[in-house]
Amino acid sequence: MTQTPHAETTIEALHHVIDIADLSLRFETRDGPVQALSNIDLKVERGEFVSFIGPSGCGKTTLLRAIADLETPTGGALRVNGMSAHEARMNRAYGYVFQAPALYPWRTVADNIALPLEIMGYPKFERDQRVAEGLELVNLSGFGKKFPWQLSGGMQQRASIARALSFDPELLLMDEPFGALDEIVRDMLNQQLLRLWDKTRKTVLFVTHSIPEAVFLSTRIVVMSPRPGRIQDVIETGFPRQRPLDIRETPEFLEIANRVRHGLRAGHSYDD
Amino acid sequence: MKNVLPVTIVLVALFALWYGAAALMNASLQEDAFANAGDTNYTTGELVAAALEMERPKLPAPHQIAAELYKLVIETPPTSKRGLVYHAAITLEETVIGFVFGAAFGIGLAVLIQSTRILERSMMPWIVASQTVPIIALAPMIVVILNQFDITGLAPKAVIAAYLSFFPVTVGMVKGFRSPDPLQIDLMRTYSATQGQTFAKLRAPASAPYFFASMQIGAAAALVGAVVAEVTKSEDGGLGARLLAGSYYGQTVQIWAALFAATALSAALVGLIALAGRIVLRRMAFSR
Repeated sequence: MTQTPHAETTIEALHHVIDIADLSLRFETRDGPVQALSNIDLKVERGEFVSFIGPSGCGKTTLLRAIADLETPTGGALRVNGMSAHEARMNRAYGYVFQAPALYPWRTVADNIALPLEIMGYPKFERDQRVAEGLELVNLSGFGKKFPWQLSGGMQQRASIARALSFDPELLLMDEPFGALDEIVRDMLNQQLLRLWDKTRKTVLFVTHSIPEAVFLSTRIVVMSPRPGRIQDVIETGFPRQRPLDIRETPEFLEIANRVRHGLRAGHSYDD
Repeated sequence: MKNVLPVTIVLVALFALWYGAAALMNASLQEDAFANAGDTNYTTGELVAAALEMERPKLPAPHQIAAELYKLVIETPPTSKRGLVYHAAITLEETVIGFVFGAAFGIGLAVLIQSTRILERSMMPWIVASQTVPIIALAPMIVVILNQFDITGLAPKAVIAAYLSFFPVTVGMVKGFRSPDPLQIDLMRTYSATQGQTFAKLRAPASAPYFFASMQIGAAAALVGAVVAEVTKSEDGGLGARLLAGSYYGQTVQIWAALFAATALSAALVGLIALAGRIVLRRMAFSR
């Protein structure tokens, strides 16, 4: 009987890709401490698509960076795949897509996608194979020999997604990946991303400040508010895995978008 | 073609200024020469013409230097100790050897410094201090000290050339190794790359533009070091030795000719590195 709690935690650990309890993070700046995150509780199951939305300064990027072990929390518990964030990073548990493509300009697109594979010691033939697959996955076949500057912003960001997926991590962390792109390109990439998520069955954590983007992409939306950064509301969307862009005109979509907007307004003080 | 006019104007202005200065500076000397010869019956035009053709003027005119260079470079056989080619070759050898070692040392230091902040804080003051000591004071001491260990001839001069050239290389390369933006560095962390991998795959390639800029400055500095070293130990020859010999005997035209030869050598070295840089950086897609 004493084994039951242990077995439970193991199952839970297997179940939850992300398990966050009472997480807080304080930055020490020259103007004094800044509470970037406080009282964050969140569990994410395998295969979910979770969006983080909120005004700037709400800590959504900081939370993603903490999960990626690029920032160190000052309190609470954070488990990624049942491991500490540091162990998870050392185990290459996730692929990270930044706000900017961050492609290395001296490498071709193919060599950029191969970069994590080189670092992780994949043999040459497997690298070539995975790069070809990655280019195909983001519709960039035939652009492998181009240099980043020869590609449009949208194509560069797609290349960076292929790079993040090249070593097949279970978890994809995306920090406003389409923030710098225009609406039309963004719509197209959103659809492609959904298709990719459906095909690869990855868990995606996605930071954005666009309400339609968050509602369209997610299985769950985490609404955050600033000063201190905290979770205001968590909304289940309940849309099917495959969804056309038209879904954005349905009453259900608009209702959820409204709830997100309310959550954002509630957490926002307009006196400053 | 748009550049031709401004360049020509600057060049003409420079020559006009030079000729004017040469005439003014040499006039009194030439007046004395006329007086000594008992010649008092000369026009201003004759005075100026003579002032620009003196054997030992205070400031030689450009055409005198050109004529001297023609005589010493083209007419004198390259193997002759009287010609400038012979001496330029000596200087070039010291410069290149000193530069190669200096640059290698400078890059090595930069690699060490970029690896840890503590190393930067503890080493940088000494590196800066090493360059605040006037090289003209340090050069004879280096020659004397190395002589104690039977290191003579080319080696001490190459050491002095290396001494001057490593510094700009270190400073430039540290900046180059630190040039990747935070996102590019974070990317490496998400792959849990080792420090060595981050260096090889990110910091080193990112430093390429800084590398070529550093090499250009380092090469020019190495040549200055070699010339200063030759002035210190002039019996071995070299452009620096020619400068010294010229000033011993008041041969201003010879000094200026050696000076121009040194400048041309420096420009050729820097230009060669710049050309290599342009080719490599284009291939690395740094410039389009």
